[in-house]
Amino acid sequence: MFKLVTIALRNVFRYKRRTLLTISLIGIGVAFVLVFVSVTASFKSLMISEITDSMLGHVQIHRKGYVASLDSLPLNLNLGPQAIKTVEETLAGFPEILAFSPRIKFGGVFSNFIESTNIRVNAVDPDKETATVPLLSSRIIEGSRTIAPGTILVPELLARGMKVKIGDVAVVVATNEDGSVNGFQFTVGGILRSVTGPGGRDGYIHIEDGRRILRLEEPSVSEVAVRLKKIGSRDEVVARLEKTLGEHKNAQGRPVFEIHGWTKLTPFFNIVQMIDVMTFFIQLMLIAVVLISIMNVMLMAVYERTREIGTMAAIGTQPGRIISLFLLEGLGLGLLGAAAGAALGSLAVVLLNVSQVRFNFGQQKGLILSSKMNPVDILTISLIVVAVTLLASLRPARRASALDPIKALRQV
Amino acid sequence: MDLVVAESISKDYVNGKVRIRALNDVSFRVGGGTFVSFVGPSGSGKTTLLNLIGCLDRPTSGRLRVAGTDVAGLDRRKGARFRGRHLGFIFQDFNLIPVLTVAENVEYPLVMVRGVEGGKRRAKVARLVEAVGMADERDKFPDQLSGGQKQRVAIARALVTEPDLVLADEPTANLDSHTAGLIIRLMKSMRDTLGTTFVFSTHDMRIVDAVDVVHTLRDGTLVKAADPGPGREGESRV
Repeated sequence: MFKLVTIALRNVFRYKRRTLLTISLIGIGVAFVLVFVSVTASFKSLMISEITDSMLGHVQIHRKGYVASLDSLPLNLNLGPQAIKTVEETLAGFPEILAFSPRIKFGGVFSNFIESTNIRVNAVDPDKETATVPLLSSRIIEGSRTIAPGTILVPELLARGMKVKIGDVAVVVATNEDGSVNGFQFTVGGILRSVTGPGGRDGYIHIEDGRRILRLEEPSVSEVAVRLKKIGSRDEVVARLEKTLGEHKNAQGRPVFEIHGWTKLTPFFNIVQMIDVMTFFIQLMLIAVVLISIMNVMLMAVYERTREIGTMAAIGTQPGRIISLFLLEGLGLGLLGAAAGAALGSLAVVLLNVSQVRFNFGQQKGLILSSKMNPVDILTISLIVVAVTLLASLRPARRASALDPIKALRQV
Repeated sequence: MDLVVAESISKDYVNGKVRIRALNDVSFRVGGGTFVSFVGPSGSGKTTLLNLIGCLDRPTSGRLRVAGTDVAGLDRRKGARFRGRHLGFIFQDFNLIPVLTVAENVEYPLVMVRGVEGGKRRAKVARLVEAVGMADERDKFPDQLSGGQKQRVAIARALVTEPDLVLADEPTANLDSHTAGLIIRLMKSMRDTLGTTFVFSTHDMRIVDAVDVVHTLRDGTLVKAADPGPGREGESRV
């Protein structure tokens, strides 16, 4: 085997210019894919973090049917005291869960005494909320970083439109579950940078104020947002929560709870999926480049070395060995190309990071693209390249092994 | 014991709708340890005959036994195995593997065909490289050698597996007269030392003069001499 590898490697470097061109082609392709994967992964991660760490959390638990009616923020689908207790006890048994935050969500009217507008109010426990969505406090661009009782955090666009500033007094009017209307006076405690998406009109108040304004006689929450220690464990945790909480049925025998990962709660997941699809097609292009270039080079090698193959066959080399030789040559080209591409790609990522490329995402301006080369991506792309080079070499290798020694020896 | 026994072998090639008979009812025997040559004009069937003996091709009809095996029935894989075990080849154009050194070219059949283990392999290679006078060039690549040196390496490669039979197709055709003479003497001395049978296809009269037995082919048919040598019936000497 060692001799076979030696012969294969020497054959790879026999046509130096051609080998260099092929390795360059594969290398550039691999580098391009790695940079693309790395940049999109960091963009994806930033986008996901922006969405989950600012508002959504990684997982949300609601009463069954709530998410389908999410736009109307129905108070009649809130979780009652028993349901809250069940959820809290269940979550306490999950070591994967870092924090959770019960929220009351309702639609209201925000008034500065001159004009009024719609607002989506999130009544939260500040400590639990910041533990669950840690970017919330960084979104407070003016005012206090906490949500004290009697204060309201107003979204930036709404504050600008309504011309309210820190310390101003405003009124939030909300309709209770029984249909009666109640108003409550708040001091504007902070201005929130808007997040991209439907959360652009979300204001925050203390959970006790939420209960007061809705005149809730007993604890009730619209949802429980959950933060996981690792976002990657989302599907597994959701499945286990569904199993555990799914055992709780209402009087009609239907499940009380519904559990959703963040991917089911925001349209931005479609963008994430689109990025994955684009990555897939970029990888397909790489596969095509590698396949065609390797097959071309190997077929050329078989054609040019026909006599040599004939000699090898004539002196008794088994067809299997000839196949192995050409597969090893293809493998050599693939490995060298993948290694060159990994080095080139890593260098490109370092240069990208050094040059601090800035971009805008939704309301956020000047985000710095900070991409990291993931070793798993390097390994995956390299394995794809190696597998494709083997596949591309197979046909030329079989052709070489099937050559008739007499005809091959006659080749000039 | 006869190493090659050919009984009424014929070989036809089909080119489109035309059937061409390259060998017609050829019978001969080659004894072990002999120096045998097939001679004849171009197209007489010499190379075809060597290809059949070398299991690179199969006869259309007739019976051909080489080293006790009916080679007409060997498939591609078995044919390769048979060649690796029993035969050595010397080609007109030397056909050394360009990416291998002299020693590695000689070693090639031991590694890739026979699978001989390292120490034994190296000893054999050293002996053969020394025997063909290429010890000083053992680390050179074929493109650093002269034609005569290449053919010496090819002879060493053909003999390193200690085959029963070496087939040499025009081994001196691409060599100058002096080098050709040296190569012929080298092959003869190897035959004398190792007892290997050599079968040539050649135009070279120096080889013809050096061999024990000469078979003449004309238009695919073996031409028998009027006075075959004692005990060499069916063989002809030119």
